[in-house]
Amino acid sequence: MLSLRERMPFHFIKLRRIWYIFSAVLVIPGLIFLFSQGLHLGIDFTGGNLMDLRFSQATSVEQVRGVLSGSGLGDSHIQQSGDTDFIIRTGELSEEQSANLVQALETNFGEFTILRNERVGPTIGRELLNKALGALVVASVLMIIYISWRFEFKQGLAAVLGLIHNVLVVLGFISIFQLEVDSAFVAAILTIIGYSINDTIVIFDRIRENMLNKKKGDLLENVINASLWQTLARSINTVLTVVMILVAMLLFGGTTIHNMVLALLIGIVCGAYTSICIASPLWYEMKKLENRPKTKAARA
Amino acid sequence: MKWDKILKLLGIILAVAVVALMAVKPLIPGVDWLPFTNQIKQGLDLKGGVHVVLEAQDTPDAPVTLDRVKQAMAIIENRVNAFGVAEPVVQMEGSRRIIVELAGISDPEEAVRNLIKTAYLEFKTEDGTTVLTGRQLKNAMEGTNPQTGEAEVNLEFEPDGAKIFAEVTARNVGKRLAIVLDGNVIQAPGIREPIPNGRAQISPYESLDEAHNIAILLRSGSLPVKLEVMEERTVGPTLGADSLDKSIKAGIAGLIAILAFMILYYRVPGLVANLALTIYTLLVLIIYAALNVTMTLPGIAGFLLSLGMAVDANIIIFERLKEEIKSGKTLRSAIDAGFKRAFVAILDSNVTTLIAAAVLYYFGTGPIKGFAITLSIGILCSMFTAITMTRWLLHLVAASNLARNNKLYGA
Repeated sequence: MLSLRERMPFHFIKLRRIWYIFSAVLVIPGLIFLFSQGLHLGIDFTGGNLMDLRFSQATSVEQVRGVLSGSGLGDSHIQQSGDTDFIIRTGELSEEQSANLVQALETNFGEFTILRNERVGPTIGRELLNKALGALVVASVLMIIYISWRFEFKQGLAAVLGLIHNVLVVLGFISIFQLEVDSAFVAAILTIIGYSINDTIVIFDRIRENMLNKKKGDLLENVINASLWQTLARSINTVLTVVMILVAMLLFGGTTIHNMVLALLIGIVCGAYTSICIASPLWYEMKKLENRPKTKAARA
Repeated sequence: MKWDKILKLLGIILAVAVVALMAVKPLIPGVDWLPFTNQIKQGLDLKGGVHVVLEAQDTPDAPVTLDRVKQAMAIIENRVNAFGVAEPVVQMEGSRRIIVELAGISDPEEAVRNLIKTAYLEFKTEDGTTVLTGRQLKNAMEGTNPQTGEAEVNLEFEPDGAKIFAEVTARNVGKRLAIVLDGNVIQAPGIREPIPNGRAQISPYESLDEAHNIAILLRSGSLPVKLEVMEERTVGPTLGADSLDKSIKAGIAGLIAILAFMILYYRVPGLVANLALTIYTLLVLIIYAALNVTMTLPGIAGFLLSLGMAVDANIIIFERLKEEIKSGKTLRSAIDAGFKRAFVAILDSNVTTLIAAAVLYYFGTGPIKGFAITLSIGILCSMFTAITMTRWLLHLVAASNLARNNKLYGA
C-alpha cells in the first residue's frame, strides 16, 4: 500500500484558490470587527487600575457595583469568576482613592484577600504599545533578511505575508470575542510569529532540497506539491504536540495566562495551515510572475 | 545482542534517573542545594510581592539629573534594606526611572506605603512659601546637648542651602519654620536667632529615641528629586502559589501527553526521543538554576513552548529517518543521512524563532523579558540535545541490536 505522501490524494497548489477563499472567510470578519470595535486593550496599554479580589463570602456583581458607585466608580468594569472572586477595572486611581475603595469594600463585605492589585500610568501604557509594535516590525524585518540570505527574498516575502495573514486571524478572533489584550499577549503574538515562521521554513527547506534534485520538465507546482506532502506528517505531528501542551495549560493553568494561551492555540493551529496553504502557494504565484516577462521576450 | 552497548544504555538511563531525582527530591540529607529546582528564582507573579516603577519628575528647584536619580536610588536602597525583605531588587531603568521589587511580604499595600513613600521634604515659612527642600539638607543626626543634656536633632545644610537658611533665619527670628514631609508637617520649631553657618539644632525632644526617629525622617526624606509612582503591581501570595501550582500541573500533563504520543507514533525512536527530552528538560532546569534566571508565569510558558520545539526537532529527524530507511539504506547509514538532512531544517527554523525571542528580549520589560530568556535558552538546548543526544542514543540503540526490525523505527 502506498503511503499518503506517495499517493498525494489532492494537489495543494492546484487547489490554491480554495485556500484563498477559505482564508478570506477567516480574515475578513475579523478585520471588520477590528475596524468597527477594535481591541479590548487592558490596563497595561491604556493605564488604569485593576484589582483582583477574593471575598470571604459569596457576593454578586450588583453588590460590588453598588459599593463602587458610592465611591464614584459606578462605570467600572467588573468581572466575576466563581462565587467570591472579582476583577475590578477602573481608570487610574491615586493611592488615596485606591485605599478608600479598599476601605469601602471592607466595610460592606468584610475581610477579603487581594490577589492582585495593579496600577499602570498612561505614559507606561503608551510606551508599552509603541515598544510592542516596534518589536513586531523589527522581528519581521530581521526574519525576512535571514530567510533571504538562507533561501531567497521571494520566500522571505511569502513567509512574512503568511505571518501577517496569521496574525490578522488571531487579532480578528481577539477582537470578535473582545478578549483583553495585555503585555503577555504581545509575547503570544511574537511566539506565534516565531512558530509559524518555523513551520514555513521547514517546508521551504524541503522545497529548496527538491528544487536541487528537480529533473528537467518537472513543473514547479508539482515540486512544491510533493514537498508539502513529504513534510505533512511532520507539520501535523508538531502542531499536535504543541497543541497538547497548550491544551494542558488551558485546562490546568491559571486564569492569568488564559488569554495568552488561547491566542497561542489559535495562532499555532492557523500557523500550520498558513505555512502549507498560504505561504507556499504565494511563493508559487511570485515565481510565476517572475517567468512571465521572459516567455514574452522569447516570443518577440 | 551486544551487551556492552546495552550496559552503556542502561548506565545512561540510570544516570538520567538519578539527576531527575536530584531535581525534585532532597536526595542527600545535608546538601542544601538539592533539589536543585528549588534554586530557580521565582518571579513576583509566582511568590507574591510588589513591583513598583518610580519616575523622577522635574520641579523648578530640582530638575532631574542622572546624579540626583542615582542619589535617590541609593536612598531608596537604604530604606529597602532597613525593611529587611529577602532579595529585594532596586534598579535603574533608563535615566529617570527606578524599579523596586519586594517579594514575599505579608501586606504588600502597607509595605508600599511605608517603603516607597516618595517622601519630599520641604522647609516652609509661616506664610507658606517653600524656602528649602530636602536636596539642600546634607545630614540630620540625633544628639544630646552637652550643656542641657536634652535630646536634639542636628541639621547640616549643603553650601547653597546654608546661604538660604542664613537669610531665612535672619528674616524670621521669633517665627516658626515648618518642616514638611510629603505635605505633612512633622514639626514646626521656632527660630531663636539667625543661623549663618548652615548648622542648626532642633530641641528639645522628650527622648533620644524620638530625636532619632525625626532624624531618620529628615535624612530619608531628603530625596534629591521628586519621584512619582508610574506603575505598581501587587500579586498576593495566594495567587502566586496558585499560579505556580497550576503551571506545574499543566506542565506535567502536557509532558505526559507528548511522551505517550512519541512512543505510540515513532516507537523505538520515540523512546529514544523521550530519553533525550528528559535530558533536555533537566539540562534546561540546571541552566535556569545556574544562570539565576528568574522564573515568571510567561517564563514558564516560554519553557513549555521550547519543549514543543525540542519535540519538533525530534519529529523532523524521525520523519527523515523513516524516508531514508524506506529508500533502502541500512539502519545506521539511514540514521546518519537522516540527521544530515534534518539538521539544515532544524537550524534555519530555530534561528528564525531565536530572532523573534531576541527582539522580544530587547523590547520587552519584566515578565516578557523572562519569557524571551526561557524561550531562547530552551531553543539552544533543544538544538543541542536533538542533534547530539538523540543521534548518539539512536546509534547506541542500533548498535546494540536490541531492535532490528525496521517496523520498530516506524518505517
